[in-house]
Amino acid sequence: MTQVNRIGRAQVDFTKTLKFSFDGKSYTGHPGDTLASALLANGVRLMGRSFKYHRPRGPLSAGSEEPNALVELRGGARQEPNTRATTVELFDGLLAKSQNRLGSLKFDLLSINDRFSNFLTAGFYYKTFMWPAAFWEKLYEPIIRNAAGLGSLSLQDDPDVYDKGFLHCDLLIIGAGPAGLSAALTAGRAGADVILADEDFRMGGRLNSETFAIGDASGADWATATVAELASLPNVRLMPRTTVIGAFDHGIYGAVERVSDHMHTPDAGKPRQVLWRIYTKHTVLAAGAIERPIAFENNDRPGIMLASALRTYANRFAVAADRRVAIFTNNDDGHRTASDLHARGVKVVAVVDTRTEAPRSMDYEVLQGQVVDTKGRLGLTFAEVKLADGSMRTLDCGALGLSGGWNPNVHLTCHQRGRPTWNADLAAFVPGDDLPPGMVVAGAAQGDLSTADALAGGAKAARAALGLKGRMPALPEAEDAPVNITPFWYVKGCSRAWLDQQNDVTVKDVKLSHQEGFRSVEHLKRYTTLGMATDQGKTSNMGGLAIMAELAGKAIPEVGTTIFRPPYTPTAIGVLAGRHRGQEFHPKRLTPSHKWAEEQGAVFVEVGNWLRAQWFPKPGETHWRESVDREVLATRKSVGVCDVTTLGKVDVQGTDAAAFLNKIYCNGFAKLAVSKTRYGLMLREDGIAMDDGTAARLAEDHFVVTTTTANALPVYRHMEFVRQCLCPDMDVQLISTTEAWAQYAVAGPNSRKLLEKIVDQDISNDAFPFMACANITICGGLRARLFRISFSGELAYEIAVPTAYGDALMRKIMEVGAEFDVTPYGTEALGVMRIEKGHAAGNELNGTTTAQNLGMGRMISSLKDCIGKTLSQREGLNADGDLRQVGIRPVDPNDPVPAGAHLMNADGPIDAAHDQGYATSACYSPNLGHAIAIGFLKNGSDRMGERMRLVSPLTKVQVDVEITSAHFIDPEGERLRA
Amino acid sequence: MRYSGFKVIKEALTGHKGWTPAWRDPAPQAHYDIIIIGGGGHGLATAYYLAKEYKQKRIAVLEKGWIGGGNVGRNTTIIRSNYLLDGNEPFYEFSLKLWEGLEQDFNYNAMVSQRGILNLIHTDAQRDAFIRRGNAMILNGADAELLSTEQIKARYPFLNTEDARFPIKGGLAQHRGGTVRHDAVAWGYARGADSHGVDIIQNCEVTGFRIENGKCLGVETSKGFIGAGKVGCAVAGSSSRLMARADMRLPMESHVLQAFVSEGLKPVLPGVITFGAGHFYCSQSDKGGLVFGGDLDGYNSYAQRGNLPVVEDVCEGGMAIFPSFGRARLLRMWGGIMDMSMDGSPIIDRTHIDGLYFNGGWCYGGFKATPASGFCFAHLLATDAPHPTATAYRFDRFEKGLMIDEKGMGNQPNLH
Amino acid sequence: MIIDHPLLGPRDSSEFTYMGDAKLIDRPDPDADTAARDFYEYGYLRDNPAGWHDELWFHEAGDRSWLVVTRNTLTHEISKVQLARDVARNRGRSK
Repeated sequence: MTQVNRIGRAQVDFTKTLKFSFDGKSYTGHPGDTLASALLANGVRLMGRSFKYHRPRGPLSAGSEEPNALVELRGGARQEPNTRATTVELFDGLLAKSQNRLGSLKFDLLSINDRFSNFLTAGFYYKTFMWPAAFWEKLYEPIIRNAAGLGSLSLQDDPDVYDKGFLHCDLLIIGAGPAGLSAALTAGRAGADVILADEDFRMGGRLNSETFAIGDASGADWATATVAELASLPNVRLMPRTTVIGAFDHGIYGAVERVSDHMHTPDAGKPRQVLWRIYTKHTVLAAGAIERPIAFENNDRPGIMLASALRTYANRFAVAADRRVAIFTNNDDGHRTASDLHARGVKVVAVVDTRTEAPRSMDYEVLQGQVVDTKGRLGLTFAEVKLADGSMRTLDCGALGLSGGWNPNVHLTCHQRGRPTWNADLAAFVPGDDLPPGMVVAGAAQGDLSTADALAGGAKAARAALGLKGRMPALPEAEDAPVNITPFWYVKGCSRAWLDQQNDVTVKDVKLSHQEGFRSVEHLKRYTTLGMATDQGKTSNMGGLAIMAELAGKAIPEVGTTIFRPPYTPTAIGVLAGRHRGQEFHPKRLTPSHKWAEEQGAVFVEVGNWLRAQWFPKPGETHWRESVDREVLATRKSVGVCDVTTLGKVDVQGTDAAAFLNKIYCNGFAKLAVSKTRYGLMLREDGIAMDDGTAARLAEDHFVVTTTTANALPVYRHMEFVRQCLCPDMDVQLISTTEAWAQYAVAGPNSRKLLEKIVDQDISNDAFPFMACANITICGGLRARLFRISFSGELAYEIAVPTAYGDALMRKIMEVGAEFDVTPYGTEALGVMRIEKGHAAGNELNGTTTAQNLGMGRMISSLKDCIGKTLSQREGLNADGDLRQVGIRPVDPNDPVPAGAHLMNADGPIDAAHDQGYATSACYSPNLGHAIAIGFLKNGSDRMGERMRLVSPLTKVQVDVEITSAHFIDPEGERLRA
Repeated sequence: MRYSGFKVIKEALTGHKGWTPAWRDPAPQAHYDIIIIGGGGHGLATAYYLAKEYKQKRIAVLEKGWIGGGNVGRNTTIIRSNYLLDGNEPFYEFSLKLWEGLEQDFNYNAMVSQRGILNLIHTDAQRDAFIRRGNAMILNGADAELLSTEQIKARYPFLNTEDARFPIKGGLAQHRGGTVRHDAVAWGYARGADSHGVDIIQNCEVTGFRIENGKCLGVETSKGFIGAGKVGCAVAGSSSRLMARADMRLPMESHVLQAFVSEGLKPVLPGVITFGAGHFYCSQSDKGGLVFGGDLDGYNSYAQRGNLPVVEDVCEGGMAIFPSFGRARLLRMWGGIMDMSMDGSPIIDRTHIDGLYFNGGWCYGGFKATPASGFCFAHLLATDAPHPTATAYRFDRFEKGLMIDEKGMGNQPNLH
Repeated sequence: MIIDHPLLGPRDSSEFTYMGDAKLIDRPDPDADTAARDFYEYGYLRDNPAGWHDELWFHEAGDRSWLVVTRNTLTHEISKVQLARDVARNRGRSK
C-alpha cells in the first residue's frame, strides 16, 4: 500500500524509506515517523480494540497520553504489550500486532460485548455472578479474566539488558518545548549544570507541531537551532527519549532513557533502557499541556481524535488522518487546527463551534452547534451536527478533531501529594502551591498557553530557580494569542459518549455512578474505572469530573481534583530492576577458600549472600548423605577442617572493652582472663535471645567477638548502637573484621597434632587448654589467631589468618593433615555435629526464644545489668510450662524425626490445642545410627525419657519419639577438653 | 435493594432507572449507642457485624474523608491464613472462612477468588520453618500443602529455576488463599451496614474525645459533638494520631508500604506467589494488571507515597523470579500508611478509658483480616469480652511479655 | 531521600539503616523501682508523631555513625542531622 495520506513536507526524512508491518501486512514510512503517523499515512485508522466493549479504536492523540492505539510491538522474547503506537519511533523492520481481540482486528468476535453494553454498565459485576457461590471461581471469573487484560507477555525471559545510573545537576528541566528550551537556554548560558529531558525523540515539544514563528524562524527551526546551541554548551546535558517518571523526596527524580527502543535490537553491549536517578537542586517542570476531547454519542470511532493531534500529524509528520476533516471545538484553538489543515490542502468540511461568538473564516465553514452522533463501523464516515437553530447537518468526513480546551500537564506536581487548583479562565486545573520542594512550573504546564508566555515563563523560572540577577534578556517575538474558551464538556442527552476510551467509561456510567451514590472523585474512579487505564486518565478524568460536578450541582473543584501518581508513563519493570536479575540479583560473597573448594568439587549453598561449601562429594558417592556421613565420621574419628570465615567477627578495643561486653552479653565478661575465650549469649532489649558467639580476650583491652553468619550485620549495628547511643563515653572502639580474617575450624581428636605442624608456639593441652586464645604465628612467622573452641563437640580449634592467606592456609592444612587423613567438611556435616552436640543455631535462635527456652536461663548474670535483662524478666517469658530445648530420638531407629514437625502427647487428640512443641533442627546421626532432632517442648527439661508423637501432617509423617537431652554426643564434654 | 442477576437484566432493559444509592448519606444524630471511627474496611465490617450478628441498634460510622479511601482501597488484595503462631492462626482462619461466605452474606460480589497463595522456599532452614508453619496451619484446621519445585514449575513454567541466584527448593501453598476485589469489600460492608440501619457519615473528622471521669462520652467532630455509649476506633495508619487525642501512646509506628500495578495483560499468573529470598509478591487482577509489592520503605511516615529505592528493590525481586516480566510496564505506584505494631500483630482490645475501644496495629496484613477484625471488634463492643479467636490481641501483652511475633524480629516495627 | 551527614555531607538515604524514635537513646535506669514499667514504655510505646520526629539512622554503608535525624513524617523534610553520640552526651548518657 502506498502512503496515501502524506501531505507535503515536514520533520520526516523522505529520503529514506523504512519498512514495517502491522498485523502481518507490510507498509512503509520514514525516519521521524511514529508507528501511528506511518499507519495513518498509509490510510490505516483502525489500530486497536477497547477494553470492555471491544469497540474499534484509532489513535486519539499523537503523544504519550494515548489511550487507544496500543499494540504488541516486536515479537518473540522481545514482545512488548500495550505499546503506544503514538510514541513508537519507526524503525526498519518494525513488527507490530493489534491486541485484545478474538479473531482479526476488523472482525473481533468479542465486539459482541458492545451489543450487551446495556448489561455491562459500571459496576455491574458487583451485583451479580454470586449464584451459585462456586460458580464465580469456576465459571464467571475465568471467562472474565480471559476476556480482560490488554496485550500479552511472551513469557520468555527478557533478553535485553537494563542499566542504572546517577546524575547530578543544578537544574533539571522536564520538557523541551518552548518553555523548557527557554529555561535551558537561560540556565545554560548562565553556566549552570543543566539537564534537559524530554520524552520525545525530537526536542521542541509543541513547536514541532505548530506553524507559527518565533522571531524570524519557524517554531520548529527555532527549536532546532536552540537545541544545537544547548548541545554546544558543556554544562548542558540533553536527554531526548527520556521520560521523567517521578518526583521523589529531596530533589531526586527518576528518569528512564530509552537508549535502544528506536532500533530493531539494541547494539551489542548497549542497554535497552537506563534508569537514571537525577539529584537536582532545582527543577523546572515544562511538561506542556494536553488537549481534552468532548463527549458526545459515538465519539470514539477511529478517525475521531484530538484536534491538536490532527495538527501534529499534519505539521510534524506530513500526514492527514483523512482527506476530509471536521473540527468540533469550544475554543479558538480548534480553529487553528482547521486553518493549518486547510493550508496543507486538507478539505476542512466544517468547524463546529459550541460558542455563540465563534470566529469566522474565509477558508472553511463555521457552524455554531454540536456534533451529536457519528457513523462508521470501523472508522468515522459521517458526523451528525445539531445546529444552534435546531436543524441537523450531516458532515461527510473521515476525521473529526476535538478541541475541548487544554489541561496543563500537572502530573509530576502531584507526586508528593500536591493538589492542583482550579483555574476558571482556562477551565482547567493548574499546579497548586504545594509543589515538590525545588520545583517551579513554567509554560503550558503552568497554564500559560501561548508561545510567548511559555518562552517568558521558562526564562523566568530558570532565573528564579538559580537566583540569577540582572535584567531579563530580550526574548524573540512569538505567538501570543489569548485563550478563548467557553467550557463545554458533553452534549446534553448523550449516553454512550466516551470519556475513557480505553476502559470504555461513558457518560452513562458517570450518571449511574452518581445515581448510586459514588459521587466523590475517588468513588467515581473506582466504581467506573474512569482514569484507571494505562494513560492514568490524562484525557478522560476532567470530563468525568465535570459531568459529575454538573450532576451533583457542585463546582468542579468541589467534586475533587484528580491527582496523579508515578510513573508519568508506564515504565518497563525490567528497567526498574536494572542488572539485578539472574545470578546478579544479589552480590555473591565468597570465602577465601572458595576456589580451593571448587577444585575439590564442593557443592555450594547460599547462606545469606555467602556461598559456602555444603559438602565435598568423593568419587563414587551418589547421595549427599554418603558424603556428609563420611565427613562427620572422619572428623570425629581423626580430624576435619571447615571454612568458618562467614561467622561475623567484631574487633573490640579500648579500656572499657570488657565493660562494654558485659553490657551486650547477658553473661559476665568483666573477669574473663586474658588469653581466654568465653561463650556469650546476647539478648535484644526485649529480652529475647538475639545471637550467640564467643568473645576472646587477646589483651586486657582487646577482644574478638564472633557472631553467627546470619546476624553479623545486625549484631554489629546493635553493638554500635550501644556504644554510640547508650554508652557514648565508654573508651571502646569497634570494627567489623568479618572479611579481614579467614577462619577455619579444625576439629577432631587429631586436630592438635595437625595444628602442631604449622603453629610456631606450644599448643599442648597445658599450654593451650580448652577455651584458650592467642595471637600466634604459623609456618615460621605468619601472624595468626588461634581459639580453642568447639562447635562440633570434639577437641577443636579455630584458626584465623589475614584473608589474603586464607587459601594458602587451607592448602597447607590439607597438606600437613594428609597423614591424619584430614577431611574437609561442609555446612551439612557442621550442622550434623552441632545437632549431635545440642548446640543452638539459627533454627533455635529464631527471634522468639529466650535464654530460658534455650536452657541458658542461668547464664543471665544477676550481678550486672545487660541489654535485655529487665524485659527478660516479664512474666510471659518466665511462665510455668515454658518451652525448653530438648533432644528427640525416634523409638524405631528407622523412623525419621523431621524438623518442623510438632510434638504431641503419646495419647490424645492431634490438634493445635494439644500442641506440646516442635522440632527445630534434624539430621541423621551417623554416630548414633539413627535420626535425631532438637526442638522445643513445653516443660521440656522435666520430660526426659517421655514417649511422645512427632507429627507432620503437612508431610504426612507421624512417628513415636523419645525425649532426651539435646546433648546426644559426649554430654560430659570430655572430648572438648582432651 | 437486593442485587441479583435478574435485577441487573431488568434494569438493563428499563434504562437503569431503578438503581438507588448503595448507602444513604445521613446527617449525624446527636447520640448513638455505638460509634465506629473510621470508614475503612475494618470499621465498616465492624458496623455491619454489630448490626447484623450482634443485633445492636443506633450505630454510626464516622469517616473523615470518603469511605474506603484508606488502606482497604490501596492494598494488594491478598487473603490467606498461613500463620504460624497460636495467637494468630485461628483468627486468620476465621477470617478466611468469613471471606468464603462473604458475598452471599452481604449480597455484593467482592470477587473472592481462592486461586491459592504460594510461598517459595530457598533454603533448608526456610523449609524447616515453613514445614513447622504448614503443620501449625493444618493443626488449626486450615489447609496447607508443601510443593516440590517440579510441582511449582508445572504451575508457573516461566518461573526462573535455571538461573536463580537463590534456587527455589519448593514452596508452601495454601490453596484457599487468594485475592478479593478490595474496593468492593468496603462498599459491600457499607451497603450491608446501611441496610441494617447503620448511619455512615462521610467527611466527618473526629477531632477529639469527650472523656469525663475516665469514661468516654462521645466524640468531637468536624460536624460537632456526637454522643455515644461506646466508641470504637478503627483508623489503620492514623491510630497513634487519633489515640493521642485520648492521651494514649500506642505500641506502634506508622510506616509507608508501597504497592504497584502493571498495565493490563492477558492472564499469566494463576495465583499469588511470594518470593522467599527477596522482597516481592505478586498476583494478577481480574482486569489483568500484575498487582505486586514488597518491603516497607522503612522509616516512619504519614506521607502516602514512597521512594525509588524500594521501587527498584521490589522490581529486582520480580525480575529475579520472573525474568519475562521485564517487558511488562509498571502503571502506577502508591503508598499506604501502616500501623506497624511492636510484634507485627494487631490489637483488638478495650482501652483503659471506659467506653473507648481500639482496633489497630494491623501492619501490612490488615486487608485479609477485614471480616474477622470486624466480627471480633463487634463482638468486643457488644459483649465487652474478646472473641475466642482474638483473645491474644491485647494491649497488655507487651508489658506481660506475651508477644505474638511471627517473624521473630522483636520490638522494632519496621522489621515485621 | 538525602541525609546531610554532619561529617560526610549529603548522602543518599539508601546508605543508611533506620531504627526508629531517637528516644531509644534514653534507656531507663535498670535499678529504679519502676524499672519494669519504664523498660516496657521505653521498649514498646511510641509517640509516633505526624510531623517532626527525631529518629535514629545508622550509616551502615558508610562511616557507621548513628545519627539523630530530625525529619517531618508528613513531608519527609529534614531539618537537622546530628551525631547520635553528641545527642546522647547532651542527654546525660555517659558510660
